[in-house]
Amino acid sequence: MSDLAVDPSCETFVLNMGPQHPATHGALRIKLVLDGEYIVEAEPVLGYIHRMHEKMGENRSYLAFMPNTGRLDYLSALSYNHGYVSVVERAAGIAIPERAEYLRVITVELNRISSHLLWLGAFVLDLGGFTPLLYTMDDREQLLDLLESVTGSRLTYCYFRFGGLYNDVDDNFGPGARAFIKRMRRRLPMYHKLISKNVIFRQRLEGIAPVSAEMCRKYGATGPVARGSGIAYDVRKHEPYSVYPEFNFDIPVYEQGDSMARYLIRMDEIEQSLRIVEQGLDKLPPGPIMAVKVPKIIKPPKGDYYMAVEAARGSFGIRLVSDGSATPYRLKLRSPCLSNLSLFGEAARGLLLPDAVAFFGSLDLVIPDIDR
Amino acid sequence: MSLFPEIIRIMAYVVGVLAFVGLNAAFLVWLERKVAGHIQRRIGPKEVGPFGVLQPVADGIKLISKQLVVPAQADSLLFRLSPVLTMTLAVTVFVVLPFGPSLVARDINIGLLLIFAFLSINVLALFIGGWGSNNKYAVVSAIRAVSQNVAYEVPMLIIVITMVMITSSMNLNVIVSQQGNLLQWHIFPWNGSILSPLAFLIFFVCTLAETNRAPFDLGEAESELVAGFHTEYSGMGFGLFFLGEYASVFVGCALASILFLGGWQCPLGIMPGVHWMLIKTYLLVFVVIWVRWTFPRTTLYGLLNLSWKVLVPFSLVILLVTAAQLKMPWPF
Repeated sequence: MSDLAVDPSCETFVLNMGPQHPATHGALRIKLVLDGEYIVEAEPVLGYIHRMHEKMGENRSYLAFMPNTGRLDYLSALSYNHGYVSVVERAAGIAIPERAEYLRVITVELNRISSHLLWLGAFVLDLGGFTPLLYTMDDREQLLDLLESVTGSRLTYCYFRFGGLYNDVDDNFGPGARAFIKRMRRRLPMYHKLISKNVIFRQRLEGIAPVSAEMCRKYGATGPVARGSGIAYDVRKHEPYSVYPEFNFDIPVYEQGDSMARYLIRMDEIEQSLRIVEQGLDKLPPGPIMAVKVPKIIKPPKGDYYMAVEAARGSFGIRLVSDGSATPYRLKLRSPCLSNLSLFGEAARGLLLPDAVAFFGSLDLVIPDIDR
Repeated sequence: MSLFPEIIRIMAYVVGVLAFVGLNAAFLVWLERKVAGHIQRRIGPKEVGPFGVLQPVADGIKLISKQLVVPAQADSLLFRLSPVLTMTLAVTVFVVLPFGPSLVARDINIGLLLIFAFLSINVLALFIGGWGSNNKYAVVSAIRAVSQNVAYEVPMLIIVITMVMITSSMNLNVIVSQQGNLLQWHIFPWNGSILSPLAFLIFFVCTLAETNRAPFDLGEAESELVAGFHTEYSGMGFGLFFLGEYASVFVGCALASILFLGGWQCPLGIMPGVHWMLIKTYLLVFVVIWVRWTFPRTTLYGLLNLSWKVLVPFSLVILLVTAAQLKMPWPF
C-alpha cells in the first residue's frame, strides 16, 4: 500500500487522532494522512503533557526528585523508582541490605503484573471488547491493595529510598502475595480462553502490523515490542542488576513481530513475574531494610553514571552527571515508550485505521512517559 | 365500516406503537446495562428506583434537558433530518409486526417486504447523519455503515426468500399461524427446509450486522471513530438514534422469532398470545446483548469477507436446497 503515498491522483485527507481520542489513552496526537481508511502517513505529535522532568531534576536535591520518577510511566512507577535509586546508589557508592533488594524485586514484579493487567484490559477495549477491562481491573485491584499496604500509595509509588526502603512489609504481605499468585494462575487460563482463543481477536491481531527486528534496532525499541520481534533483549538478563541473577525466570520471545506476538509476550511475562515473586517470597531473607551509613544529603562524587532497568514497557535508562554538589548536573531519562512510539510512523504505513488502533494498543504506550 | 372508528383505530395504534417503542427502548437500556453489569461482575444501575428500573427515565430527562448543538459547519437540514428519519422508519416497521393473533396494526399481505423496505432506508438515515455532520469521523463511519448494510442485506434477503418459499406467504400472521407448536417451528429441519437451523443462524448474524450491533458496530466503533456517525449529536438527537437502534434490535429479533420460532404461538400449543411473542423476542435480544459484551469488534474487511465469502454462498446453498426439496418432497 506504500505506493499510495506517491500517487498524486490519490485523494487523501488528514485526520487528527488525538490529542483527545479514546484510543490514544492520553494526550497524544497522531496526524494521520488517510486514503479512505488506509494510512498513507502517520506522524505522532508530542509535547501535550511535557512537564520538564529532566530540568526539574537539575534544580532539586536527589531525594526531592524521587516522587517525579513515579510520574513518568505511572503504571510501572516502581520500576522507575528502582532505576533512579539504583543510579544514585551506584554514584554515591551506597550498599543495600539484601532484604531490601529482594523486596524491591518482589514489589517491582508485582507492579509489572499490575501494569500488564491494565494494558490487557485497555488493549481489548481498543479492539471493542469492553468486558475484559473489568476483569483485569478486578485482578489489579487485589494487587493495588497489596502494594498499598506496603508502599502507602496505589499508583504513583515512591517506595524506595537511597540505601533501602521506606518501610518493611507487614505480616500480611507474604500470604497476600501468595494468594494473589494462586488467584492469577487460575485467572490466566480464563483470559486465554476468553481473549487469546477468540476468533475475532485473533483475526484482528495475527499478521497485523509486523515489526521486524531490524526496525526495532533502528528505532531503539525495547521491552515486549522488541521481544515480540525476536530480539531476546531483557535488561534483567543482559545487564543484571539488583538480585535478579539469583532468580530463575525465562524471557519470552516470539519471532512473528505482529500484534499477536506482542500480546502473547505480555501474557507470558505475567506468568514469569508470578514465578519471580514466588521465588522472592521463598528466599526473602530477614534483616534490616535500610543501609546503616546513608548520608542525609547525598553528594555523589563528580562523574557520569548510567543505569538501565527493565520496566514494564522496555528498558528505562537514567544517565546521571554529577558535579559533586547536592543536585544533579544533568539527569537524562531514556524512556522506553518514546522509542517504541517512534517506530509507529513507519510500521503503521499502509495499515487500515482499525488495525492501526490495534497496533497502537499493542505497543502499550504511556503518554506521560513519552513526553516526560 | 364508517370512517370514524377507522380514525380511532389509527390513533389507538399510533399511540400504542409509540408507547411500545418508548417502553421497549427504556426497558432495553435498563436490560443492557444490567446484563452488561452482571457479565462484567458488577451490579449495574441500582440507585434510581428498585433495581435501577427508573434509570432510563433519568437518562431520558438528562438527554431531553440538554442543548441540541448543531455544528456551524454542518448541513443543518440533513443534520436535523437524520435522527428523525431513523426513528420514524424504526417506528413504522412496528405497524406490520403481529404481537398476537389479532394484535397487529395493519395485517397486510406484504408485511415482510415492507419491513425490509423500511429497514433498508434506515441506512440512508445514518448516511445523511454522518454526511451532514461534516465531521471526518462521521463520514468514515457513514461510509462503513453503508457498505456493511449493503453486504448484509443480500444474505438476509436470500434467507427471507427461502422462508417465503417454505411458508408461501409474506403475511407475518399467516407465517406465525403455521407454527402451532414446538415441533412445527420453522427452525427445525423437518419443517420445510433441511438446512433451516443454519438459515436461522445466518439470519441472526445478519440481524446483528444490520442493526449495527457489536461485534459489527463498525459504524460507531468508539475506539477508532470516537462515536461514528453520531459524533456531533448531542441531547435528544443522540437519544433518537438510540431509540431507533433499540427499536431496530427489537424488530430484528421479533422477525427472527416470527420466521423461525413461531412468534406468538405457544411451544406447547396452549394459550398462544402476546406474552409468547415478547418472551421469545426478548430472549433473542438478551443473546444480542450477551454477544455485545463478550466479543471484540470485527474490522470492516473481516466483516465484508464474512458476508461475501461465507454468508452469501451458504445462504444461496440453503435457497437451492430448499427449492429442490420443495419440488421433490423429502422421504419424511
